[in-house]
Amino acid sequence: MLSDRVVIPAALAYLGALFALAYYADRRADRGRSLIANPYIYALSLGVYATAWTFYGSVGRAAANGVGFLPIYLGPTLMMALWWMVMRKIIRISKAHRITSLADFVSSRYGKSALLAGLVTVIAVVGVIPYIALQLKAVSTSYTILVRYPEIAMPAQAAATPIAADTAFWVALVLAAFSILFGTRHLDASERHEGLVAAIALESIVKLVAFLAVGAFVTYGIFDGMGDIFGRAAASARLAPLLAPLAVTGAYSSWAWLMLLSALAIMFLPRQFQVAVVENVDEDHLRKAVWLFPLYMLAINVFVVPIAFGGVLHFGADAVDPDTFVLTLPMARQQPALALLVFIGGLSAATGMVIVETIALSTMVCNDLVMPVLLRLRPLRLAERADLSRLLLAIRRGAIVAVILLGYLYFRLAGDAYALVAIGLISFAAVAQFAPAVLGGIYWKGATRRGALAGLAAGFAVWLYTLLLPSFAKSGWLAGGFLRDGPWGVALLRPHEFLGLTGLDEITHAMLWSMIANVGAYVAVSVLTRPGVAEQAQAARFVDIFRHGSEGLAAHLWKGSASLPELNALLARFLGPARAAAAVAEFAQRRGLSAPAQLAADADFVHFAETALAGAIGGASARIMVAATVNEESLSADEVRAILDEASQLIAYSHQLERKSSELEAATAELRAANARLQELDRMKDDFVSTVTHELRTPLTSIRAFSEILHDNPDLDAAERARFLAIVIKESERLTRLINQVLDLAKLDSGRAEWTVAELDLKEVIDEAISATSQLFRDRNVALDTHFDGNAPRVHADRDRLMQVIINLLSNAVKFVAADSGRVVVALTAGAGELRVSVADNGPGIPVGDQATIFEKFRQAGDTMTAKPHGTGLGLPISRQIIEHFGGRLWVENEAGGGAKFVFALPAGRPADAAA
Amino acid sequence: MAKKILIADDEANIVASLEFLMRQKGYEVRVAGDGAQALAMVAEFAPDLLLLDVMMPQLSGYDVCQRIRALPDGQRTRIIMLSAKGREAEVSKGLAVGADAYVTKPFSTQDLVARVAQLLGE
Repeated sequence: MLSDRVVIPAALAYLGALFALAYYADRRADRGRSLIANPYIYALSLGVYATAWTFYGSVGRAAANGVGFLPIYLGPTLMMALWWMVMRKIIRISKAHRITSLADFVSSRYGKSALLAGLVTVIAVVGVIPYIALQLKAVSTSYTILVRYPEIAMPAQAAATPIAADTAFWVALVLAAFSILFGTRHLDASERHEGLVAAIALESIVKLVAFLAVGAFVTYGIFDGMGDIFGRAAASARLAPLLAPLAVTGAYSSWAWLMLLSALAIMFLPRQFQVAVVENVDEDHLRKAVWLFPLYMLAINVFVVPIAFGGVLHFGADAVDPDTFVLTLPMARQQPALALLVFIGGLSAATGMVIVETIALSTMVCNDLVMPVLLRLRPLRLAERADLSRLLLAIRRGAIVAVILLGYLYFRLAGDAYALVAIGLISFAAVAQFAPAVLGGIYWKGATRRGALAGLAAGFAVWLYTLLLPSFAKSGWLAGGFLRDGPWGVALLRPHEFLGLTGLDEITHAMLWSMIANVGAYVAVSVLTRPGVAEQAQAARFVDIFRHGSEGLAAHLWKGSASLPELNALLARFLGPARAAAAVAEFAQRRGLSAPAQLAADADFVHFAETALAGAIGGASARIMVAATVNEESLSADEVRAILDEASQLIAYSHQLERKSSELEAATAELRAANARLQELDRMKDDFVSTVTHELRTPLTSIRAFSEILHDNPDLDAAERARFLAIVIKESERLTRLINQVLDLAKLDSGRAEWTVAELDLKEVIDEAISATSQLFRDRNVALDTHFDGNAPRVHADRDRLMQVIINLLSNAVKFVAADSGRVVVALTAGAGELRVSVADNGPGIPVGDQATIFEKFRQAGDTMTAKPHGTGLGLPISRQIIEHFGGRLWVENEAGGGAKFVFALPAGRPADAAA
Repeated sequence: MAKKILIADDEANIVASLEFLMRQKGYEVRVAGDGAQALAMVAEFAPDLLLLDVMMPQLSGYDVCQRIRALPDGQRTRIIMLSAKGREAEVSKGLAVGADAYVTKPFSTQDLVARVAQLLGE
């Protein structure tokens, strides 16, 4: 039921659907509504890191090594932590220089060296070809196994089948066709492949879903959950040792190297550079990607060990290749639909990798290998051809086909020698060679072109000798003695035990030697050589990208004369006339000119032309073409240095100006705020005066009215006279109290209050306050209880002021409870570093909405200041000021059973600011 | 028949003095302790004159005055506003909402009594 008649149409339909998505995304991008301009798509596109190697190979490695597959994912996870620093810088530089590939990046940094670009391209192509071979192998193997369903049989050796009958060959051709469709429908290496990125993001989802589906099926369908699988594994003689993975000798160093290797691979694999840098829409997307991408890797690895152990438990040892467990487990359990989904997932992983990788490589091959040669071949007169954009496309398409066929060739020759994982690591080790030149290049201005060349060449040579040639030897392509005895029988030169270094696995061994050679040569030669003029300029523009910004500096570094028509013609030749005209028009508009004809062929325009060309044909080729078109005067090293100095002075000056102006802005804002605050204070003062006046007039009204009544009515009877006089006296007292409190508050507000601070025992103060208010309690027949914490420490405060606060709280409480049934509880408790005094009553409580306002002047609970049955409305504000003066807090909370509880907390010991 | 006077104020002692002054002149006097109560008593007691404090709980004197004037027979009660707030703006606001007079506290008892008599047409 899963014959080739089902599988092939399903696979082609899936690829077709991907292409349709890509086509749609491209169309949207043309209309300015980008589908991929968000960090989630960006993070998913980084998932192109997970290839068929992850999809099938991790399980195989887990079956052999337990968690030994993990460093490949831990390395990138750790690396992501540095991305905001490192990757953002690389992206910023690449955007400024219109860099479209890793080769372009390295070459641009070191003075736009064509030789360096070529070397990087060669390393990338040679290094990545085994990896492409791996994808072809994975697709063809999984296909061959799947179509035999329900039988489970391992495919025959590839070398034994004729090419025309070899599935891998047809897979290669289909992938080449799709890569051409995705990557080179039109010439836009300078722009981004929006459709490609959308398709890759979808593929990341598909492969994750497929892997999780099979993982869940194995874990919960075939077995009874993780516990079941691990329990059985622990009981199995074959699997139990894998549960203690790092017990193997040398495992720690191997883990460390693998993590370093994969941390470098996540940055320097051509496809990762393509999606992370070239296709990046907005460097801010990095913020989310740095945690989303590790999350993706975590998700796709969760079921690796369960599937591996499940496979071994199910099939027994060695009957089925562990690399195929993902596929063969669903097949063995008669789940054709799941098996097909797995195949599509694996296809996603493989095609995503191959398409992006070959597109990235084809850009490098075209721009950095083929074009520089063609442009130098005078008999071709290429520089004089009117439109070269078709030629560029043809070269790229040819490069794609060539790269994939080379991958196929490697697969035929060496593909059966290694398990999947080993092949991938060979590629990782190759691209790791770029690390010193790139990372050194963006942080060390002293690095030179010769240093980069020497480092790359040395590292690459060691890689060839210790990893690639042995992989050929293992395939029987070289005599076996090469590995066993060393070339010409010299044991010291044995590729896996170079200079007698033993005890390391081949990858660790190769990494150690190649990094020593690479970094050593890079640093040593850089220190020993002087950078050229162009190199110095580029070094400054790369290393100081965040200080210089992108534009400006480059134009200062050019002297000469140019002709506008010639430069325009040059652009038209490589970009095509329409896109060239559009680019020039946009440049003119940026310069504030209405028509491109008004442009002058000045240094800025030359720089613009070169950058635009670099987007299409790479920095090195662009340099050659521009140099051939304009008359340049070469700058001396001193001139370059002077210009760079001047530029950095200008930048420093403008930074200073910027800082000054932002300081001014800040000062203005502060003044404005202060002014607003003053106006607010003024308004508050007016309100206060008006309120105080009102409060004074109220008792005065009664006093005056009754005084006049007494005066005008001498014949009042004695009882009435006494009642009226009592009112006059009471209201006079109220007036006096009010005046005193207003004056008190004014003193507190202005800071002129006098404080007599002494160490005191709060218990005594409370007792004294209670006896001062005892008459009030007796009058209303209100009960008063006290709870004192025996260990309360002493505090530093003003005795009379604290007494004032407590009396205020007590007299408030006694006023608000019901006469006869009222009850007030005073408590003193010692807490962490503070003392608390609370006065709780069983009155009506304070509505939550009023709990803040009652501490404002002339406010009481329930109503605005108009409802004033008791008090002046100043007691609580004064109390709060006093408590805060001693570094404490005063607040109110409602008791659970109704009633209010006023609490103040004072710091124990001597508060720093209350010394006065 | 004695004229009816309603006193609306939340300050008990001020109410006591007003009550004394008005009873002394032979008026029939009732007292309201807040704005809402005052409004209810206007309907029930139908006073000839209302001594209305401005700053009262529930409903301010301004609101009470405005609502009385909005009643169908709201014009027949004379209203004197009493307030400890004596600023220009407050006086005009009181007159604007329909008070017949605005007296600031503290007031002269003789002036107030004379004012009441004048508004009652005596």
